[in-house]
Amino acid sequence: MKHLDEFRDPELARRLSDEIRRVATRRWTIMEVCGGQTHGLLRHGIDAELAEQVEFIHGPGCPVCVTPVEAIDFACELATRPRVLVTSFGDMLRVPGSRGSLAQTSAHGGAVRAVYSPLDAVELARQAPDRQVVFLAVGFETTAPATALAVLQAAKLGLTNFSLLAAHVRVQPAMELLLAQPDQRVHAFLAAGHVVTVMGCETYESLVARFHLPVVVTGFEPLDLLDGILACVRQLERGEARVENCYARSARSTGNQFAQDLIAQVYAPTTGPWRGLGDVPDGRLELRAEFASFDARRRFPRLQVVTAECGDCRAGEILTGRLKPIDCPAFGVRCRPESPLGAPMVSSEGACAAYFRYGSSRHASHR
Amino acid sequence: MNEPSASDPNWHCPVPTDGSTDRVLLAHGEGGLLMRRLVAERILARLGEAAAVTLDDAARLPVLSGQPVITTDSFVVSPLFFPGGDIGKLAVWGTVNDLVVAGARPLWLTLALIIEEGLEFATLDRVLESVREAARGAGVRVVAGDTKVVPRGACDGLFINTTGLGELLDPAPAGPATLQVGDEVIVSGAIARHGIAVLAARESLLLDPMPVSDCASLVEAFVALREHGVIYRAARDATRGGVAAVLHEWAQASGLTLEIDEAQVPVGHDVRGVCELLGLDPLHVACEGTFVLTVPAGQTGHALAALRTAGVSQGARAIGRVVQRGIAPVTVRRALGRHQPLDEPLGAMLPRIC
Repeated sequence: MKHLDEFRDPELARRLSDEIRRVATRRWTIMEVCGGQTHGLLRHGIDAELAEQVEFIHGPGCPVCVTPVEAIDFACELATRPRVLVTSFGDMLRVPGSRGSLAQTSAHGGAVRAVYSPLDAVELARQAPDRQVVFLAVGFETTAPATALAVLQAAKLGLTNFSLLAAHVRVQPAMELLLAQPDQRVHAFLAAGHVVTVMGCETYESLVARFHLPVVVTGFEPLDLLDGILACVRQLERGEARVENCYARSARSTGNQFAQDLIAQVYAPTTGPWRGLGDVPDGRLELRAEFASFDARRRFPRLQVVTAECGDCRAGEILTGRLKPIDCPAFGVRCRPESPLGAPMVSSEGACAAYFRYGSSRHASHR
Repeated sequence: MNEPSASDPNWHCPVPTDGSTDRVLLAHGEGGLLMRRLVAERILARLGEAAAVTLDDAARLPVLSGQPVITTDSFVVSPLFFPGGDIGKLAVWGTVNDLVVAGARPLWLTLALIIEEGLEFATLDRVLESVREAARGAGVRVVAGDTKVVPRGACDGLFINTTGLGELLDPAPAGPATLQVGDEVIVSGAIARHGIAVLAARESLLLDPMPVSDCASLVEAFVALREHGVIYRAARDATRGGVAAVLHEWAQASGLTLEIDEAQVPVGHDVRGVCELLGLDPLHVACEGTFVLTVPAGQTGHALAALRTAGVSQGARAIGRVVQRGIAPVTVRRALGRHQPLDEPLGAMLPRIC
């Protein structure tokens, strides 16, 4: 199949692995930013294949994982109100807030529905004018253009029963925050190819200039990942630090201008919390003032106050790369995909879920 | 407020006693004339020769020559009609297939309909005609049934329960607890077609081509195995949870590891594309006419030749083998050649968001 088999070719993969082993004179620490890349690395055993050459630190690039408890709690609260329907992407429904998940809220009579596109939520609002439809909007710059489009569509239709609970996050500020930590160990980044497809490679020039480390734009298939890793290792061995594009079939230097314009039209960067990381300067997107009427936080008065995270979950340290999932005392014991304590065990992009799914050989004692 | 009385000129009987309606009413489920006519003139008429029902409280059946085998299943699929099938075919073949893979010859079915008030008769007729066709194809007859009508919102259009009764054929499969190291694992055709077809239909995913369910009777395939003298240890139709769920059950029953090669697993281009798009593993997605089989070492070629004589299993492939318990109950050799654990499906199919 086009763009699948070509990027999973075992012979090419072996050659790339051999080349990485040949080039590396020491063990380098590379952070793959996106949870999709984490899953790719573990699913295909690339981390084990290159264990002597590369230590992978799994970055915070799982939007479901970094969505604040506050947003989930508020969504759950809204779902229990009369004539309110809460919609979101399927992954979000199982993420625990401080008082349960949206799926649990649904089981207790709350109105919750998974949608495949934010525009589906707009359509639900159009079909049921007597019901308020809220879309819990999560994701990076990859999903933000689509939710922006949903807001514009709702405005065009003059809908007064559609609103957005915006919990979008921006990748680059989080990468900068991690690099500014005194104990940071990352030598190079595999940047998330799909985010760069929207935002463009150029966006990372300032980060490279400030922190002097390689940023390699990388895709998600095995050969993409190996190609990105090889580019990182080559730059590191030569003492280089630049933005390099190993996902040229999709990512361009200036990105997707139309999508960027949509984001800029509807959202503005703001400082706000990421689950596990705390406040990230300019790390969130909020609706601009002209779209305030579509802001669920303004439309609905808040009744309940947020409580704390589950104390046993070490998601913050995992999302910042200080702790590997298997080193969390709860991993695989009290925290499992069917009974998660934290978001990284829920999401199909979460690092803990990746270790649980693909990592038996790495942590046999935990199963 | 006063109760209406029969002498009140504004009072109308809510039940159209002549039955002139294009939809099922609550009254159709409450005994009496409407119900009798629904069963006799619509349900039994549509089922035709596929039904052998006496309208008594219970059906007497002939004595079986083999050990009786029974199974039951309820069908709540949404939408009722999807590319490649509908709830009627599912209700017959789903139960028939459970008997077939257990080594039985399916003989009789019960058919219980739970109908939501307001279901159009045209829809009910289509489903019943589908039941008739499916039963005829599988060589089974409906010998007992039940009809209930529930208020709007109490079910989603139509739910069906079928119980299937058959007789065990000799030799019976020994079952998954008897798996041996060296046994080989076969899948009867391209996987994940049903789950993706229903998902696409339900969510109105505008795919081109639209994926088509593999919904089918497995009778022909198992007759072929028997006629060719193929001895298999275990067989299961890979319904909810897909092939992965079957492999996990067998690993648990046998205490061994089932090891499969991803590259050997047949997955259609359309299904694979949707799975990649939504972040689903085809091994976790439901089939409805595709099954997994284990045969002793050396029997694979013979089994594949037999399976390929039946239309439903023409695409049969060997996908893996049984080995000593290793790093995980089920492993899959991914593209780069490493064996990685294959996790047990957790529940709902969740789309990936980025």
